[in-house]
Amino acid sequence: MTINQSGWRPTTPQAGEASGATFTGNRALMLEEPLIFEIGSTETTGVDFAEAPSGKSRLGGLERSKTIGLPGLSEPEAVRHYTRLSRQNYAIDLGLFPLGSCTMKHNPRLNERMARLPGFADLHPLTPVDACQGAFEVIHQLAHWLVTLTGMHSVAMSPKAGAHGELCGVLAIRAALDAKGEQGRKVLLVPESAHGTNPATAAFAGFSVEDIPATEAGRVNLEALKARLGPDVAGVMITNPNTCGLFEPDMRAISDAVHAAGGYVYCDGANFNAIVGRVRPGDLGIDAMHINLHKTFSTPHGGGGPGSGPVVFSEALTPYAPLPFVEKQGDQFVLVEEETAGEHHASSFGRMVAFHGQMGMFTRALTYILSHGADGLRQVAEDSVLNANYILRSMEDVLDAPFAKSGPCMHEAIFSDRGLPEGFSTIDVAKGLIDEGFHPMTVYFPLVVHGAMLVEPTETESKATLDQFIHAFRFVAEKAKGGDLAIKTAPHYAPRRRLDETLAARKPVLVYKEPERAQAAEVPLRS
Amino acid sequence: MRYLPLTPSDRTAMLATIGAKSIDDLFIDVPEVARLDGPVHGLPNHASELAVERHMSALARKNLAAGDVPFFLGCGAYRHHVPASVDHLIQRGEFLTAYTPYQPEIAQGTLQVMFEFQTQVARLLGCDVANASMYDGSTACWEAITMARRVTKRGKAILSGGLHPHYVSVANTMAKFTGDVLVTSLPTFSPEPDTLDLINAIDDETSCVVVQYPDILGRIEDMSALAEACHAKKALLIAVVTEPVALGAIKSPGEMGADIVVGEGQSLGVGLQFGGPYVGLFACSEKLVRQMPGRLCGETVDAEGKRGFVLTLSTREQHIRREKATSNICTSSVLCALAMSAHMTLLGEAGLRRLAELNHVAASAAADRLAEVDGVELVTDRFFNEFTLKLSKEARPVVRALADKGILAGVSLGRLYPDATELQNGLVVAVTETTTEEDVETLASALEEALA
Repeated sequence: MTINQSGWRPTTPQAGEASGATFTGNRALMLEEPLIFEIGSTETTGVDFAEAPSGKSRLGGLERSKTIGLPGLSEPEAVRHYTRLSRQNYAIDLGLFPLGSCTMKHNPRLNERMARLPGFADLHPLTPVDACQGAFEVIHQLAHWLVTLTGMHSVAMSPKAGAHGELCGVLAIRAALDAKGEQGRKVLLVPESAHGTNPATAAFAGFSVEDIPATEAGRVNLEALKARLGPDVAGVMITNPNTCGLFEPDMRAISDAVHAAGGYVYCDGANFNAIVGRVRPGDLGIDAMHINLHKTFSTPHGGGGPGSGPVVFSEALTPYAPLPFVEKQGDQFVLVEEETAGEHHASSFGRMVAFHGQMGMFTRALTYILSHGADGLRQVAEDSVLNANYILRSMEDVLDAPFAKSGPCMHEAIFSDRGLPEGFSTIDVAKGLIDEGFHPMTVYFPLVVHGAMLVEPTETESKATLDQFIHAFRFVAEKAKGGDLAIKTAPHYAPRRRLDETLAARKPVLVYKEPERAQAAEVPLRS
Repeated sequence: MRYLPLTPSDRTAMLATIGAKSIDDLFIDVPEVARLDGPVHGLPNHASELAVERHMSALARKNLAAGDVPFFLGCGAYRHHVPASVDHLIQRGEFLTAYTPYQPEIAQGTLQVMFEFQTQVARLLGCDVANASMYDGSTACWEAITMARRVTKRGKAILSGGLHPHYVSVANTMAKFTGDVLVTSLPTFSPEPDTLDLINAIDDETSCVVVQYPDILGRIEDMSALAEACHAKKALLIAVVTEPVALGAIKSPGEMGADIVVGEGQSLGVGLQFGGPYVGLFACSEKLVRQMPGRLCGETVDAEGKRGFVLTLSTREQHIRREKATSNICTSSVLCALAMSAHMTLLGEAGLRRLAELNHVAASAAADRLAEVDGVELVTDRFFNEFTLKLSKEARPVVRALADKGILAGVSLGRLYPDATELQNGLVVAVTETTTEEDVETLASALEEALA
């Protein structure tokens, strides 16, 4: 087999090689794309500048003398480079993205247009407050929706992402306990069904973490939780709906028990899209919950971020919420940036980020919220739950569905690799789905289910898409159950075959290094 | 409800497949006490695209956009011209609407961008390796301090008075909970940053010294001696760059011996966006890589031997070791990293150097012009594109008065340091390639009037 190490250099097909090999490594519309370091040069630029007038240098002897090593491309080359790369990505714009717990729904383009209005996009965060009242109004309106929809008391807008929101909530709990002189409460209880970030967050905030087991039905074991509560427990971090896709019916009892024992309840709100408009977390006794705006309110995830994670607080935790705050005083919006500025923020635990948070995400989320309204958001929850249950019931005869008997799922359906023959597992089903043109579901998470496959269709998928996915999913699952060896080597039709992740971790290559001169001479680079 | 494809008959058919009588049957696990019977009280129902657009546009018009007025604000967020193709490329649906590349075979586009970004950032900051972005500069700065604690097993960080006060606030907030000891100070109107004080403060307990370059007042200074002093005491030097365009003109922190370089990448490709989303930069020397937080993309090969990219070294990350994780970072800022990377690619070395030169020449000319105004004193003569003026009166009301006239004059130090009486007359002015000579003239005459 010809080894095309670089991914793009011409390779001459060898005799007897599969007829699929091409001279260029390209396949019709699917084009190989080298790195910018292989095609650009430090002399090329895709930006025209005016001639700099001569002027006094005040760099004080710090002028850069060495080459940086940044290759440039002309505009057509750059547009082609990134456009070609983009075509090697799966995205929600291309098809169903059933990643459970990650919630990939349609990203309306109106959101993008609104976020790009110069009044929002071209606005400096330190603009005098009188000159950016409209931006504060956006924050204030979004905050009003978030507080009202969750039935909570207040909201901190600044956290930059879901995990950052978790940190915010946990720090508020720490601050509240410290204010009561309860420094001894060092333990946060984290059920097994919680998101993976939860224990990491607790540890990062200086807590120690103890697991609470799940019941066989995939819920928090209430008795085990109650038994562990005590004077050393700061509270619980719970995910509801949980990562098994189930609503915690004992949520109120959990909150009451934790409160009675002097602790606080943190809820991971990543799955709020399943209950928005139908359940207010405030009615369940929750003290703090982050909301992933990109999940529930459709801001694009961009290949891994930015996210945005505002945190809603109960009355008990509100005084400890982080700065800054946008407040309305009469007709004016003001920015409260200091603990000393207002009596009711005197116990704030401080600032978490440089400015006001992810404003670009706020405009997108508010646009989406206004588009849906209260009635539409309720429909969002209903359709996401309906779609997930439809998949659960359409697949449970083919794949093991460990909690199918526990009742309806919420927004995501969970399956396991039980019943697959020896040597076949979840990863094979996932890679098989790629060849069918679908992004795989979340795999091997949550940890409570062996070989977990967590499927979340969301509300923006049509019945026709779901039916097509179900057919493909059944087809692949049946191939795996039948021991079809072809799916062990899937994907076959993706831009890349299975990638060697062990090699990447054992010998990390994290930056491009120019090849040795001799090597370069042997294989001339495209000029 | 234009975003919801299910029709009423779809819903009926699907409920039948599920074996449920109504949608309420699917919410039976929700306890009675928490059920809402109808849409949330007090919130309006859905609106048309046109109606929403009108509402949001009206809010946008209440703001003074940077491009509409003479504009001189900096202090951690900078206005530069971003080529049209950058915004076009990040709006390609396959970039915009992709998720974290958990299935690398169908995410090579994002992964290759991350790899290219890591390389560009490492070279720009003068380090061996960089991660694929963090939330922003301020959170990256705190992550660097905690990384220095892990590496040195010491808990005392010394922060320069020239470090952005919001970055200091973030670090102070976090240190309250983690037990780190932070030694902080305020900046002064000295022509030089506080390098000598920092050198004298380093002791055997010090995990790191954190300096900003250029600093909050716009000053620049060689940090080689500081790096040597840190290393002599086995402490790390952390450099913070909030204006990466500067590195097209001045030496990189890595070249001067910084061990970790963090920064805010907003100024290239991302835009002002009222403070976020931005893109945190994080780079370090190769030997520290396994202590580095955040996402990393690594090169590998696929089953056919073709080059490909994957997320790697994720054993440091939250989803593997849970409570043993290096940080709780889950998302990064990949779309913003793409914007920054594409802008750097369009500029190339030649373009970045030209851009930096234009910024510096324009700032230098503006500083000379503004220093001619009665009641204005230029604090330092060594800067890149941002400098501090000491006014003959308090700067905060001057800035407000000028904003009322449609001039965004700069950032008053009173806004950043409300409690520091000695800094209240300070005005930090940023000048970039977007600033015209007329803008500078307008500001000069307005200052003349305000200070008279």
